[in-house]
Amino acid sequence: MTAMAMKNTMQTPKFTYLTRLGDTALILSQRMSEWCGKGPALEEDMALANTALDLLGQSRLWLSYAGEIERAGRDEDALAYLRGDREFRNFLLVELPNGNYADTMTREFYFDAWHALALAALTRSTDPRIAEIAVKSQKEVTYHLRRSSDLVVRMGDGTEQSHDLIQAAVNALWPYTGELFQSDAVDADMVESGEGFDPALLKPEWQNYVAQVFSVATLAVPEAGAWMQKGGKQGIHSEHLGYLLAEMQVLQRANPGAKW
Amino acid sequence: MKTNLPLWEVFIRSQHGLAHKHVGSLHASDGEMAINNARDVYTRRNEGVSIWVVPSAAIVASSPVDKEPLFAPATSKIYRHPTFFPMPDAVKHI
Repeated sequence: MTAMAMKNTMQTPKFTYLTRLGDTALILSQRMSEWCGKGPALEEDMALANTALDLLGQSRLWLSYAGEIERAGRDEDALAYLRGDREFRNFLLVELPNGNYADTMTREFYFDAWHALALAALTRSTDPRIAEIAVKSQKEVTYHLRRSSDLVVRMGDGTEQSHDLIQAAVNALWPYTGELFQSDAVDADMVESGEGFDPALLKPEWQNYVAQVFSVATLAVPEAGAWMQKGGKQGIHSEHLGYLLAEMQVLQRANPGAKW
Repeated sequence: MKTNLPLWEVFIRSQHGLAHKHVGSLHASDGEMAINNARDVYTRRNEGVSIWVVPSAAIVASSPVDKEPLFAPATSKIYRHPTFFPMPDAVKHI
């Protein structure tokens, strides 16, 4: 976007808030899509594709609304395909590479557990559109969480190999979970207007749920006070996002305005 | 990738149906996983509201070789069909 165009947009806290939700769903959807055709079993392949499509649908709702709020003439497609990585506001957790199946499902589990709580909070938003999107998304995310929790238990309390792989994933991804509960000025703004929620308030319930599932899965919960990665919400991303966006956006950028 | 998980048969009852219909099969390690997989694979297009999964090994089927003795005798016994009563108009669709 040119400097002139930037000046005319209304990038309010609400716009940023909505792009955080939309971008997180979009990037995770893209990651899950990478498994299409490569899943460990046919049934898992379908399940992952279904999850990816659910998330994509949700991101369309969030980003469309964000585009309307911004009033700069950008629709969901423009926001998804024409922004650079510094403009994306997704959590770092969801842009991490898929790794093996244990890595993917651990990432999914950590996120779903947060997502279910976040959407529950958003159904009480004073903004009816946000509440509506949250209610619709909740139906899908309830199942996502059920699935990922089930798989974490199966892998954790499975064979020695599966246990080792998922414990390694649990430990490696732990530093990325802190960002889910960090509040900044944008969150504070949205809490004040009643349209958003304070992420820090979700933490105890999330930790409880994760501890419960890990206990059944015979997995060790990493240290609570560990150092946490951050920056995704503010547009500071890992090197992974650049490559992901290059792949996701190349078609639109090479053929601007392409339709079929 | 070869899977050695057991095979399950899937039956789905649609929203407007009365009986579960056989829709296909899948691999899963236990009943709960089979239900989740059936939900993911066989209910994507709103095909149903109820899922039954049965281990394929539990199904006993008639052998094609027995088709003659088992089913042929029923083909020409019209007296077994309830079609000889004249039905009054009022109860046509009973």
